[in-house]
Amino acid sequence: MKYLWKLWEWFDDRTGLGGLIGPMLTHPVPRASKWAYVFGSATLFAFILQVVSGVALAMAYVPASGHAYDSLKYISEHPLGNFLRGVHYFGASAMVILIGAHTVRVFLFASYKYPREVSWLSGVVLLGLTMGMGFTGQLLRWDQNGVWSVIVCAEMMGRVPFIGEYLAHFVLAGQNIGGATLSRFFDFHVFAIPALIFGFVGLHLWLVLRNGISEPPVKGRPVDPKTYREWYHNLVKRDGVPFFPDAAWRDMVFGASMLSLVALAALVWGPPELTNPPDPSLLNADPRPDWYLLWYFALLALLPHGTEDYFLIYGPLLAGLWLFIVPFIRPYGERHPAKRPWAVASVMLVVIMIAVLGVEGNRSPWSPDFEAKPLPASIVGTDVGPVAEGALIWHKKGCENCHNISGFGGRRGPDLTFIGDKLTEDQLTLRIINGGYNMPAFAGNISHNDLRSLVAFLKSRRHVYNDAPDVASPAPVTPSPKVVPTP
Amino acid sequence: MTEESPQPAPDDITRRDFFAKVCYGLGGFAVALFGVPIAGFVLSPLLQKPLRDWVDIGGVEAFEIGDTKKVVFEDASPLPWAGVTARTAAWLRRTGPDSFIAFSVNCTHLGCPVKWLPDADLFMCPCHGGVYYKDGTVAAGPPPHPLTTYPVRVSDGRVEIQTSPIPITTV
Repeated sequence: MKYLWKLWEWFDDRTGLGGLIGPMLTHPVPRASKWAYVFGSATLFAFILQVVSGVALAMAYVPASGHAYDSLKYISEHPLGNFLRGVHYFGASAMVILIGAHTVRVFLFASYKYPREVSWLSGVVLLGLTMGMGFTGQLLRWDQNGVWSVIVCAEMMGRVPFIGEYLAHFVLAGQNIGGATLSRFFDFHVFAIPALIFGFVGLHLWLVLRNGISEPPVKGRPVDPKTYREWYHNLVKRDGVPFFPDAAWRDMVFGASMLSLVALAALVWGPPELTNPPDPSLLNADPRPDWYLLWYFALLALLPHGTEDYFLIYGPLLAGLWLFIVPFIRPYGERHPAKRPWAVASVMLVVIMIAVLGVEGNRSPWSPDFEAKPLPASIVGTDVGPVAEGALIWHKKGCENCHNISGFGGRRGPDLTFIGDKLTEDQLTLRIINGGYNMPAFAGNISHNDLRSLVAFLKSRRHVYNDAPDVASPAPVTPSPKVVPTP
Repeated sequence: MTEESPQPAPDDITRRDFFAKVCYGLGGFAVALFGVPIAGFVLSPLLQKPLRDWVDIGGVEAFEIGDTKKVVFEDASPLPWAGVTARTAAWLRRTGPDSFIAFSVNCTHLGCPVKWLPDADLFMCPCHGGVYYKDGTVAAGPPPHPLTTYPVRVSDGRVEIQTSPIPITTV
C-alpha cells in the first residue's frame, strides 16, 4: 500500500494529473440539484457502454456488404455475442431515451439561459449525433431491413433541392446498393460520428465546469446576466457541496440501475432478430425503422400527399434551427416552468406527438395487409351463391389488403363491415369502377360477373335487423350487431 | 528581443507576425495537401458515370403476354465483396409478342419494394401504402410519380434489361 502511494506520488509529480482532476471531481455544485440532474450523466454512461460493447462487437463483425450478414449470424450464435448484441441494442435505446429526458429537463428548467447557452447548443449537436448513431447502427444490422433503410435514406436525401441526387449517391456510395454501401455506414457509425461525439462531450463537460451546474429554478428569481455569475459563485461558495461524492452518488445509483436494466433486457429479450439476407432482389420486405424513428416513419405516411417532398427536408431542418435559437430567444428572465407555460406546452406537444405517432407507426394502418386471409364462411354467412363468390373476389382483387370487414383485412381504407347499410348497389358499383381518393379504380380490371358478385357481397354487409332486411327504416335489435347475408 | 536589434519592439512584432503567418500558412497547406485527395476520394461515388450493361433475363417464351413477373439480375461489374447486395429485381411485364416493360421495384415515394398482386393487377408498397396500376401509373397513396422503367429490349428471342441506377425521386 505504501509503495503504491509512493508510485502515485511519483506519477502525480511528473504528470500533475491529481491537481487537474481533483478539483474537477470536487467542484462545488448547488445543494438543491438532486435527482432531476441524473439524466446527463446517465446518457454518458450509456454512451460509454455503447463504445465498449461496440468495440467488442467490431472484433467479429465484418463490415463488407457481402459478408456482414453471415458475421452477424456468427456473433448471434455465440451466447455472449448474442448477449452483447442485445446490450448494444438496448444500450442504444437507453441512450436515446436518456438524452431525450435530459433535453426535456434542461428545457423545462431553462438551464440553457445565460451563461449556459453553449452547453445547450453543444447538447443539441449531441442529440442530432445520437439520432445519427441510432440510424446508422440500425442498418449495420445488415439484413433486408438494413438494405431498405439505406434506400429510404437515399430517397430522403434525394428530396434536397439541387444536390439531392448527389447526396443520394453519396449515401449509397454509388448508384446502387453494392459492395461500397455498408463500408460507408460502418465508417460513419464507428469512426466519424463517435469522434464528433467525443469532441462535443468534451466541450459539454468543460462547460459544466466553467459555468457550474444550474441550480433548480425558483419562482420569482429570474436570471439577470449582469449579476448571475457573481450570484451563482456566492451560492455554491455559501451552500455548495462537492460534486464527488455528495452529488455523484445519485448519478452512480441512477446510472447503475439503468445499466442493470439494459443487461436484464438483453438477457430476457435478446437482440432484434435478423430478418432475410440483405438481397435487394428479395421483395418480400416490410422495411421499418427501429422504435426511436418509427414516429418519423408514421409522420411521412400521414402527411398530405405532396407536402412530404418539402417536409422531409425542411421539417427536420426547421426543428433543428428552432432548437438552436432557443437559448437566444430569452437568455434572461424567469426559469421556473410555472412561469413559462409555452415551454411546458411545447414539451407536452412534442412528447404527445412522438408517442402517438410512435404507436401509429407500430400499427401502421396505412400499410396494406399482405397477410390477409380469405374471409371464413362464418363471416361471409354462406358458402354458395353470388355472395360467397363476391367474398372470394373481395380477397383476390386485393380489396381486403386495405379494407377491413368484421376484423379481417387491412385498415388503410374505410371499414366496410356495414357498408351494405350505407351505399346502394349502384353507389357500390360506381365506387369500385371509378375508385376514389386513395382507392384504385377497378374499371377494366374486373369482369362484369365478378363485379356483380362483389357488389352482392358488399350489399350483404349490414346490421341484423328485426324485420326482413329490405323493410324501410329498420331499427337495430341488438346492441352488438352481427352480419347476415342477404338472401 | 535579439541582441542585434536596437529597437526591439516593432521589429519583434513583425517577426512574430511573420511566424504566426507561417504557422497558419503551413497548416493550411497541410490541410489542402491531404484534404483535397481525401474529399475527392470520399466524394468520388458522386462523379461516377452510371454503369450500364444489357443483361440477359431469359427467353421471350418464358413470359406470357399480359403477365407481370419478377426478374432478378446482377448490377453491372459489382465489387467482388458485394455478395448478394449486387442483385437487383425488376417487375417485367410482357405487353405484346415482342414488347416488354420493366418496372423498377422501388416505390417512387421513398424507395421501398413494391409487390405485384397478380389477381388484383396492382402494385402495392408495404411502407406507406402506395398503389400503382399494372402500367405503373399511380392508383393511390403518396407516390409522386409512376413507377420508373428500365430500358428493355428483345434480341434474338432473348429479353435483355439495361442495368440502371436506383431511381431517386427529386423535387
